[in-house]
Amino acid sequence: MAKKESSLINMISTLVLITLVAGVALAGVYDLTKEPIARSQKAKLEKAIKAVIPDFEEIREYKVKPDDSDEELVFYEGLKGDSIVGVAIQTYTDKGFSGRISVMVGFLPDGSILNTEVIKHQETPGLGTKLMDEAWKIKFRGMNIAELAGEAVKVTKDQGTVDAITAATISSRAFCDAVQRAYNTKKKGGKNE
Amino acid sequence: MNKWTIFSRGIIRENPVFALLLGLCPTLGVTSSAINGMGMGLATMFVLIMSNMMISLLKNVIPDKVRIPAFIVVIASFVTMVDFIMAGFAPGIHEQLGLFIPLIVVNCVVLGRAEAFANKNSVLSSTIDGAGMGLGFTLALTLLGAIREILGSGAVFGMKFIPASADGILVFILAPGAFITLGFLIALINHLRKTS
Repeated sequence: MAKKESSLINMISTLVLITLVAGVALAGVYDLTKEPIARSQKAKLEKAIKAVIPDFEEIREYKVKPDDSDEELVFYEGLKGDSIVGVAIQTYTDKGFSGRISVMVGFLPDGSILNTEVIKHQETPGLGTKLMDEAWKIKFRGMNIAELAGEAVKVTKDQGTVDAITAATISSRAFCDAVQRAYNTKKKGGKNE
Repeated sequence: MNKWTIFSRGIIRENPVFALLLGLCPTLGVTSSAINGMGMGLATMFVLIMSNMMISLLKNVIPDKVRIPAFIVVIASFVTMVDFIMAGFAPGIHEQLGLFIPLIVVNCVVLGRAEAFANKNSVLSSTIDGAGMGLGFTLALTLLGAIREILGSGAVFGMKFIPASADGILVFILAPGAFITLGFLIALINHLRKTS
């Protein structure tokens, strides 16, 4: 078959046709993968909530705006019967080494932290990724920010109490920032929203 | 040129990374671990095979003057499909690779093969070329990732072989380590090619 000539009408019709077919094909794939994507994201979120607060029967979800930003934090309040067993707060920080870190922090009703779980990050493998290690998480367990000086979570370099990960001070600092944001927003309230 | 030569030359002799030095942005960016390199390589390989096949099918229908935009549309469509599929079925690796998946669109290996090979050859040859080049790219990225992971974090495919509290040689995880490792690998491959 001879090559199609580069006349205006040929060029336009070919491009229109190709983009049309590509568009339809993409719509098809999007439709097919929409559900698995939503499912995997939901599963991940649920796993993170379960990891940071005690067993619950029901989840009450609401959003609260932190003081320093317009972006709302999502609160997942775990209920067992009528009592609140804990609240998991999906918080974030933009101070990470490479972009945003999204963290789930679980608070018990007495205000202490039960556990933390990194949901999304782009930290350096082998360094910043240690935020997901047991050795790091254990530093936050049982911590009650209300009892800390200035009610602030800080790494020791910033006169705080948390021993930062070696060679990942920026990631450690960012993590503290995320936890702090969760605490501040929780303190600000919105419990009965 | 027989089909086997077309396939095999992408692996060593005309390896996109080590010999042609194409697609270095993802090569340096995502190879901080072997699994990341492999994931990136496989995603690119899929795009290469599909776009090469599609473009050689369409090569007579696309007028010469608009071939680049037409190729880009085809490539971008396949990349977006890979992006969706990985997000749905391999969310872990998809998150790790992040922005680098959509960036396959501008990977010069893909457009380079479309322009230099698929645009002039039969569908079968082009598909084989895509597979060979893709495999070469995957091997290169996996090798680079594995070396950096072994030296940098003392692990292979995420399994640590040094004590949990110990650290590897930091620089290999970071960007300079990618350049150093790639430089040595290219030197080694050049040496092997010269002597053989």
